[in-house]
Amino acid sequence: MKRRVFILGMLASPALALDPKEMLSDPTLEARARALDHEIRCVKCQSESVASSNAEWAEDARRTIRELIEAGSTDAQVKTWFVERYGEFVLMDPPKTGSTLALWLAGPVMLLAAGLGALVYVRGRSATVPAENLSAEEQARLDEILKE
Amino acid sequence: MITELGHFALVLAFLVAIVQTVVPMWGAYRRDARLMALAEPAASAQFLLTAFAFGALMWAFIVSDFSLRLVVQNSHSAKPMLYKISGTWGNHEGSMLLWVLIVTLFGAMAAWFGSNLPPTLKARVLSVQAAIAVAFFAFILFTSNPFLRMAVPPFDGQDLNPLLQDPGLAFHPPFLYLGYVGLSMTFSFAVAALLEGRVDAAWGRWVRPWTLAAWVFLTIGIALGSWWAYYELGWGGFWFWDPVENASFMPWLLAAALLHSAIVVEKRESLKSWTILLAILAFGFSLIGTFIVRSGLLTSVHAFANDPERGVFILMILAFFMGGALILFSFRASTMEAKGVFGMVSRESALVANNILLAVSCFVVFVGTMWPLVAEMLFDRKLSVGPPFFNAAFTPFMLLLGMILPLGSMMPWKRAKLGQGVHKLRYGFVLALAVGGLVWAMTSGKSLLGPMAIMLGAWIVIGALLDLWSRTGRSGDMGRLFRLPRADWGKAIAHSGLGITFIGVAGLTVYQHEDIRIAQIGTPFDVGGYTLTLNDVREVEGPNYLATIGYITLGKNGENIAELAPEKRIYPVAQMPTTEAAIDYDLARDVYVVIGDAQANGGWAIRTYIKPLTNWIWIGCGLMALGGLFSLSDRRFRVAAGARKSSATPVPAE
Repeated sequence: MKRRVFILGMLASPALALDPKEMLSDPTLEARARALDHEIRCVKCQSESVASSNAEWAEDARRTIRELIEAGSTDAQVKTWFVERYGEFVLMDPPKTGSTLALWLAGPVMLLAAGLGALVYVRGRSATVPAENLSAEEQARLDEILKE
Repeated sequence: MITELGHFALVLAFLVAIVQTVVPMWGAYRRDARLMALAEPAASAQFLLTAFAFGALMWAFIVSDFSLRLVVQNSHSAKPMLYKISGTWGNHEGSMLLWVLIVTLFGAMAAWFGSNLPPTLKARVLSVQAAIAVAFFAFILFTSNPFLRMAVPPFDGQDLNPLLQDPGLAFHPPFLYLGYVGLSMTFSFAVAALLEGRVDAAWGRWVRPWTLAAWVFLTIGIALGSWWAYYELGWGGFWFWDPVENASFMPWLLAAALLHSAIVVEKRESLKSWTILLAILAFGFSLIGTFIVRSGLLTSVHAFANDPERGVFILMILAFFMGGALILFSFRASTMEAKGVFGMVSRESALVANNILLAVSCFVVFVGTMWPLVAEMLFDRKLSVGPPFFNAAFTPFMLLLGMILPLGSMMPWKRAKLGQGVHKLRYGFVLALAVGGLVWAMTSGKSLLGPMAIMLGAWIVIGALLDLWSRTGRSGDMGRLFRLPRADWGKAIAHSGLGITFIGVAGLTVYQHEDIRIAQIGTPFDVGGYTLTLNDVREVEGPNYLATIGYITLGKNGENIAELAPEKRIYPVAQMPTTEAAIDYDLARDVYVVIGDAQANGGWAIRTYIKPLTNWIWIGCGLMALGGLFSLSDRRFRVAAGARKSSATPVPAE
């Protein structure tokens, strides 16, 4: 019980994740850093990015991101820096390589399969629709009836 | 004493549920009217007993009976009364009791209002519903008993998680459970229909109100949860793609699909086996949701009572009901012969497309939620699947859905001409385009995503209105509008609600403005056209917390708009801080202010957000729920009786 409350406190304590004193003075660099905050996972927390977490680890990660950016790293290099140390787990966005491709393709492939299945089904249903459109003669008769 | 009576009532309800599972099912098989008739009083008794047990637990929370372990762990004598009451279901054991209470409530309602059901179908529905209740009674009694006493009662409790001490969250679980468990009713109907061996228009009509009710409750429950996350978690997001959120979202998507496919069964007697399958899967996803929240298998911010043993029990329940129903389905699906025929372009095909998009988007959410587990077990890769994936993989389905919605909902049944629908909606399209263009111009053409999404939302809303308008006929007789069936109004309201939610989501995600700074007391600062002044910061003592409150004046163009008082609270008993953001709500935008820590060299950290159109998200959800309620009140559901009276004489179930 104690432990649960403690963990909840760690991860959900929502106070103010990013403190003003952590921020970079250059607004364009800071904007890049903030975008990266959302892509790096706080490994000590449960499904939270370092952007929203208040844990110490997240604070360190935010500082590292800013230091790397100030030293001239690109976004990709910052991510690589984290992956080299903490594994793919540290990325909020799963990399589009190897077996993870299956995850990215699952939706489109399923849509294709379902779409084909539905097409076959609907065709089967519509094949039994008896007459196509009304002939001109029938249409005239129908209009006549409707007018009455 | 009351506690013991409650415990006893719970055990009795368990026994009644066992009887109700076995006897009416046997009666339906033997066509014995007396055995089948047992289901009705049993369902009422089961509900009353469970309600008594729940009442007893709630009483223990109200009077702060600290001899009960659950009360000690989740309550405190200084807690406000509302949260003492909501504390009853703010924990694992109590929430399971609420869950099973709702299972029995739905069973009892089917018994009370199901007088027009054929007796064998009714007996089987109630029997299946009771079987679900049996599983959960056993779960509660054997793994999560809320009525356990303490050997030595302490003087005071450990308090409820402060994040849960909030009006929005107090009512979030009951609505969510009404939704989850409402789907147990459609599941029972589906299994009963498979046992009966027939699904027809009347069945579609009986199932739809239950699905509608479940969907309405899920909509309200999810919206409350999302609103809570918005104002309570302190960074103003509304959806985090957290496993637990996904757990409630998947049944919602499937219930929405089921809602639409049941219309096809009712009106056109097609899509029968698909609808049955959806009904089974929708409840399956409710169970998966329960499993995810309570097993600790997937880590999540909101998971409570993570206990592998309980997880295994729920997994067994899931395997039993899903496995059983799906095996039954595979044997019986072929007997469900479709009657209606329809063309490639028709309302039916449009609804098939709706179902595909909803079901596949649900599948995407499911795969994304489970992937970390799969990757670790099969490929030995430890990875995270976060919001970026879901935003990229899920959104396209919603965009497609939004595009075809107005066209599909105006198509006639059986056979339609695409040109006709396009013709009817041409002004709507132009108008939506104009709205999108206007937004693009106003935001000085920064990105195309926002205007596109808002245009799509406008397209859905305008389409729904045009659909209503077209029903006035050529004469434009407005009186006709009020004589339309309520279901038609429900459709228009719910669809425009979806459009409005689209607009809100687009506004919030694309145009949000964020500002973090150190504010000195008395020095105004500007954020996105607004001026904020921190006037004072004070320490205040609440009933069971200590708060630091900032007093901020919000102004625009020299005029004061609002006084905001963001808080930072510490709950000493639970040892936990929370933030209470101050929000100036407005239809056009929210101004969202959070106070942070005091700074070393004076001043306070203040985080300010301007969040355009945010309220539209929840207004849209409200409209969706309202539309559902309108449909639910349609008199066609109440007079559904006549539809299959003749089949009161038993039909052999092949």
